[in-house]
Amino acid sequence: MSAFEPVIGVEIHVQLSTQTKMFCGCELSFGDPPNTHTCPVCLAHPGVLPVVNEEAVRRALMIGLALGCEIAPRSIFHRKNYFYPDLPKAYQVSQFDIPICGRGEFVALREDGSELRVGITRAHLEEDAAKLTHLGGRRAGAEESVVDFNRGGTPLVEIVTEPDLRSAADAGTFLRQLRQTLLFLGVSDCSMEEGSMRADANVSIRPVGSHEFGTKTELKNMNSFRFLERGIEAEIARQTEILEAGGRVSQETVHYEPETGHITSLRSKEESHDYRYFPEPDLVPVVPDPAWVDELSAGLPELPLALRRRMVGDMGLSAEDALVLTESPELVAYFMEAAALADPKACANWIRGELRAQLREAGTEPWESKVTPAHVAGLVDLLEAGTVSVPAAKEVLAGMIETGDQPAEVVEARGLGAMDASELAAIVADLVAANPDQAQQLRDGKDKVLGFFVGQAMKRTGGRADPQSVQALVREAVADT
Amino acid sequence: MALRDLTAAEQVAALAAGETTSLELVDAHIAAIEADDVEAFLAMDADGARARAREIDALPERPPLAGVPIAIKDALSTRDIVTTSGSRMLEGFRPVYTATCVQRLEDAGAIVVGKTNMDEFAMGSSTENSAYKNTLNPWDHQRVPGGSSGGSAASVAQRQVPWSLGSDTGGSIRQPAALCGIVGMKPTYGAISRYGLIAFASSLDQVGPFARTVEDAALLLRHMVGRDPMDSTSLDWPEPITLPTATDLAGLRVGVVEELMGEGVEPGVRAAVDASLKAIEDLGATVVPVSLPSALSGLATYYVLAPAECSSNLARFDGIRYGHPVEADNLLDQYELTRGQLFGPEVKRRIMLGTFALASGYYDQYYGRAQRVRTLIVREFAQAFEDVDLLASPTSPTVAFPLGDRTADPYAMYLADVCTIPVSLAGLPAISIPCGLSDGLPVGLQLAGPAFSENRLFDAAHALEKALAFDTRPPGLAT
Repeated sequence: MSAFEPVIGVEIHVQLSTQTKMFCGCELSFGDPPNTHTCPVCLAHPGVLPVVNEEAVRRALMIGLALGCEIAPRSIFHRKNYFYPDLPKAYQVSQFDIPICGRGEFVALREDGSELRVGITRAHLEEDAAKLTHLGGRRAGAEESVVDFNRGGTPLVEIVTEPDLRSAADAGTFLRQLRQTLLFLGVSDCSMEEGSMRADANVSIRPVGSHEFGTKTELKNMNSFRFLERGIEAEIARQTEILEAGGRVSQETVHYEPETGHITSLRSKEESHDYRYFPEPDLVPVVPDPAWVDELSAGLPELPLALRRRMVGDMGLSAEDALVLTESPELVAYFMEAAALADPKACANWIRGELRAQLREAGTEPWESKVTPAHVAGLVDLLEAGTVSVPAAKEVLAGMIETGDQPAEVVEARGLGAMDASELAAIVADLVAANPDQAQQLRDGKDKVLGFFVGQAMKRTGGRADPQSVQALVREAVADT
Repeated sequence: MALRDLTAAEQVAALAAGETTSLELVDAHIAAIEADDVEAFLAMDADGARARAREIDALPERPPLAGVPIAIKDALSTRDIVTTSGSRMLEGFRPVYTATCVQRLEDAGAIVVGKTNMDEFAMGSSTENSAYKNTLNPWDHQRVPGGSSGGSAASVAQRQVPWSLGSDTGGSIRQPAALCGIVGMKPTYGAISRYGLIAFASSLDQVGPFARTVEDAALLLRHMVGRDPMDSTSLDWPEPITLPTATDLAGLRVGVVEELMGEGVEPGVRAAVDASLKAIEDLGATVVPVSLPSALSGLATYYVLAPAECSSNLARFDGIRYGHPVEADNLLDQYELTRGQLFGPEVKRRIMLGTFALASGYYDQYYGRAQRVRTLIVREFAQAFEDVDLLASPTSPTVAFPLGDRTADPYAMYLADVCTIPVSLAGLPAISIPCGLSDGLPVGLQLAGPAFSENRLFDAAHALEKALAFDTRPPGLAT
């Protein structure tokens, strides 16, 4: 048991999926030929000026509202000055001491249902840098570097958390659910792979029980949550090793190498820049009309946490059901539509279970399939009415996936209706007679053998028999003989 | 009367009456530029101007400024016309877009004949910081025209164009107008879009007109003011700019800024300003002394804020996307060599000053403090305007000084703007009109008003201009 406790805070950069860039009219694009979405403004030609993208402000406000942040009645932009080829103005227009969104809190749910509360320090608006590609090696070793200004000026929201996280797993849980929330808001594509969501973690450790912070390192640019979690774990291990050996952690930026699992140092913070922040004189303060903010607040979609609480509290779902069903806004909408028509718990089971399992083979999602939420509800109703057995219902589902027909039509077409009781009784009597050994075992109290009879009955009926009815009938038949 | 002697308003009238053509006007002015050069221009667009003149002459419906030539300070971006801002850094640079204010004038029919010389990136008060050449004062070729818009001022004084555009950060329109004996106007901050003005200090930079009459200055401003979607700091203009008609100043209260009339103001300048104040009274106004206690702190405040902003604004000049990089083995060397070789000494001085003022640990002491003093100055002006309608002072404490006189002493050069800087810090409109001669050199009177008081300023300046009857023709200029 380690005597150290990790202290973790994260910084998340989210590219907003607006039509145009933060300060000019260039279209946003991903994957287009380099330098095809540029203009004098985003190339920093002499004499140009930035103009704030109102849609970006709207989305930043939505994020702030969703994270319970205080919305600044008046926020301003600052210039962050440094020279680099991906920054044509040699300053990034960002926010400094008066961000658009101040303190807030995000509540995530761990898999065990417990709450993970993470303080939000701030969320601010800024512009992304252009994309540098180093040819023939990494950074210092590269033969040549090329710049694509398509990305330059993309609106970004940077979300900074308090150092409230205490494990890599919690960091992963927080980030996944934050991403989910942002997807529900519809503000960003949140693709870690494409870089539209990027996360850095500040990691330090301290003796358990201490209230002081240890020296932190910044773990940079992880392109997946899994790597981020592994990276944090590796960094915690590295720092623990240093401290246990009596050494000192130095404040620096580190990088996790997924191939080797090693942590490497990128650059020492000692050489860190003096960014010479000062208020951006080319822009006026952002003063959102309170009525607009109220309107945005009222118009926010129901977010995963609230949805989960409602699913568990009002709809009788398990915490796990709720976690799975709130994976995406589309899935939620799909489930909610079905749950409005039939028993929510049964709908949840069928959607997250059999439907997704069957669709996974086809590589499609429920809302993209021929099975509508009404189909699912219909199927649940048929089950409840005893019209179909569970195994038959799975076949009905397969039929609906194939044809898009109503559940009743599939039952009819494929003869999957539950069997007449006397017909099933006759089959069971037959089976008992044909398998005297197994019948005797059952009489001897070996209930396990029931499964054998159910399996046989299913085979005979092509899955139409209801397993529970079969069990009851077998017991009767065995007792009778 | 030669065509070049006509004011812009007279040219508009002559064109409307069919007494001349745009092509004739353009030819006459280009000839004037070529004939008696005071080194006012960095680039000419004679062919473009003539082509445009022919087009305009052929138009059935003539826009309001149709066919009148204009010169543009080289700090303003003009599509396809070399724009250097007086710097080697942009030698040969042809912009891909035109500044909003220039575009508005072109849309109104004005014809750009060329780009005028200036102190590099508008940093200077004599145009001697131009990387290319010195511009001569039309009144005395041994003297500076003032700056930074020295080329724009000299070209109008020399009657090579009836009017021109300059930019004013701390006095760069008003001071050269004063030194060249013409009218120069800096409007309220936000009046004219800065889109396309190569930034020196964004929170202070404003474009404005040079002309030989107040009426022309008003006419030119009229076609530029108003909100531009490309400049967030530009303003919706409350009322149209009207052409001034006032013949007296009855009922007007004019404050004389005591702090700007004291030490450092040359006796000859003082005498001409005093005579103007007398004329103001004779026109029916009341002249009262006014105190702006922080006005003299303006210079120090300005030389923290403007360099701070410029250190950031000029950081984009690295020779990579435009201009000419000095090749080096690595990125840092390339930045350093390019900027080291292509920026002039005054630009470097201000970048250094500004970088220091913004440095972590010094920010509060310099930039933060300067911002607080600026706020104080804004308040003092607001307070003064509760009592008076306009403020008067010399535009420049001296007349035009000899070329080379102050180049070795930056502080002496900075003092040239001591009267104009406080107004800039407050973002207020001010006009400089020629008010007399001192040893044969023009003296400028600065009138400043509250924000959006442009019409009042023009009216007062117009009435005074008529009363003073200053002859704007430089003595050496052939008739």
